[in-house]
Amino acid sequence: MNYEHATDAMPVGMAPAVAEHLSVPSWAGLAYLISGVLFILALRGLSSPTSSRRGNRFGMIGMLIAVVTTLILHGTGLIEIAIAIAIGGAIGFVTAKRIAMTDMPQLVAAFHSLVGMAAVLVAVAAYLNPAAFGILDPATGEILRVSRIEMGLGVAIGAITFSGSVIAFLKLNGNMGGKPIMLPGRHVINIGLLAAILGLVAYFLTDQSPTVFFVITALSFVIGFLLIIPIGGADMPVVVSMLNSYSGWAAAAMGFTLHNSAMIITGALVGSSGAILSYIMCKAMNRSFISVIAGGFGGDTASAGGGSAVDRPWKRGSAEDAAFLMKQAEQVIIVPGYGMAVAQAQHALREMGDLLKKEGVKVKYAIHPVAGRMPGHMNVLLAEANVPYDEVFELEDINGEFAQTDVAFVIGANDVTNPAAKTDKTSPIYGMPVLDVEKAKTVLFIKRSMGGVGYAGVDNDVFYMDNTMMLLADAKKMVDDIVKAIAH
Amino acid sequence: MDFISILSIFVLACFIGFYVVWSVTPALHTPLMAVTNAISSVIIVGALIASAAPGSATSKYLGLIAVVFASVNIFGGFAVTERMLAMYKKKERKG
Repeated sequence: MNYEHATDAMPVGMAPAVAEHLSVPSWAGLAYLISGVLFILALRGLSSPTSSRRGNRFGMIGMLIAVVTTLILHGTGLIEIAIAIAIGGAIGFVTAKRIAMTDMPQLVAAFHSLVGMAAVLVAVAAYLNPAAFGILDPATGEILRVSRIEMGLGVAIGAITFSGSVIAFLKLNGNMGGKPIMLPGRHVINIGLLAAILGLVAYFLTDQSPTVFFVITALSFVIGFLLIIPIGGADMPVVVSMLNSYSGWAAAAMGFTLHNSAMIITGALVGSSGAILSYIMCKAMNRSFISVIAGGFGGDTASAGGGSAVDRPWKRGSAEDAAFLMKQAEQVIIVPGYGMAVAQAQHALREMGDLLKKEGVKVKYAIHPVAGRMPGHMNVLLAEANVPYDEVFELEDINGEFAQTDVAFVIGANDVTNPAAKTDKTSPIYGMPVLDVEKAKTVLFIKRSMGGVGYAGVDNDVFYMDNTMMLLADAKKMVDDIVKAIAH
Repeated sequence: MDFISILSIFVLACFIGFYVVWSVTPALHTPLMAVTNAISSVIIVGALIASAAPGSATSKYLGLIAVVFASVNIFGGFAVTERMLAMYKKKERKG
């Protein structure tokens, strides 16, 4: 065994004992497997709200088992580790308790960035101290080749997750405009960077020098940043899901390095979860994943086009008109969108629903898959406002009902109700599944002003229909006024 | 474990993930993201190994920082999921 040959590349002293790598005692292997299974059950629980909390507990137990097992196996430095866990745990716990539900998308993006950074740090630590991770090749004293690939990919995905999530966080949190930022020649730059990263990971096989490793890391940070910069606010549901997926693949890659089944199972679960959510979001917008990633679509507010919006006749209504119409109705379907989240109107909306129910009106909620800034965003906000989940319906379950509905009440949504998606082949949103609000007897449409158009920059014919009444005001104020008017 | 056994676990877990996630009700997609976030912090296993290992001080400190980050996520992710799930209620049965 020629250790001298390795030491110039490796900054650490290594013991010959590393040959026993990969040998985890079988009880520990079993424990990791159990924790992996518990993670599967955690996700399985989410198939229904009734089983979901039990699922979450399974997840916690799984994590506890994984952590305790690792501590028993490598039980030194426990005090520092306990302090680190206490610091992180306290920050996480307090944040989770305090965060407003409307800020969930930002929080999730911030959490993703932490997973990404943790993956990068673990990969760097493994690179600096491969003996500890059991990835040294006893024959050469170098890092095992297969581990180099895994580490290279792990650090790259982790870094992309980190910088991408930081940008997503800044955009969602409003620290950075939601408008896409377009660099000239960005596709060429991105593809070039990606090719360089993959090339370097391959080269890392033959040369494990720090330069190669850290250049991979640095380039990955850069590409994560560049990938998300050109993506507009309204495409954030796809971005957040995609980064969710990446954080999983990063964990899986590190799981390969450590030969740890809990990490591999979790990584695969999270990776596929994010991928499926991205797919669902893309389908709900009738856009290909590639076109979302390519970016440039979906500035936050009325940016492009829409000049013709004010020329056509439309009807304006007051809170009293709306209250009157809804009290007379047999059924009202409420269609919430991102605007409801921005105006924090969910509580007022629930109050309105309660009053209407007292008047004998049937109230339902219709949720478009991409309403809001992350998958399921509207559902959480309505749940927060105590709207029972069995009054909340997905697009395909409720779309047939608009034709038999007296009032469709659109609050803070726009493009997801645009009939042009069904009829106008030239429209940028053509083919996107939409809620058929125009089929209701009356459409009440809350909007801040007639000037702005939705994120897609297209005018909505619903505004100008005979059976539409525009309620121009801040969503929360309008709903509050309607509540007063219903209650007299 | 050799590479092929690990790969087998990975591939099969991807299939499980596919079926399990498709069965998640769309209403719970936000909690799904929060909980997947929490469980992907199982990467803390790697961070703990780095923190506990002798040999490289840098590696140890990087590991400890990673432990902090992963713990934020674990505690924060599970707690916020719990908080959200507690809000989902069925209609109250009233007379």
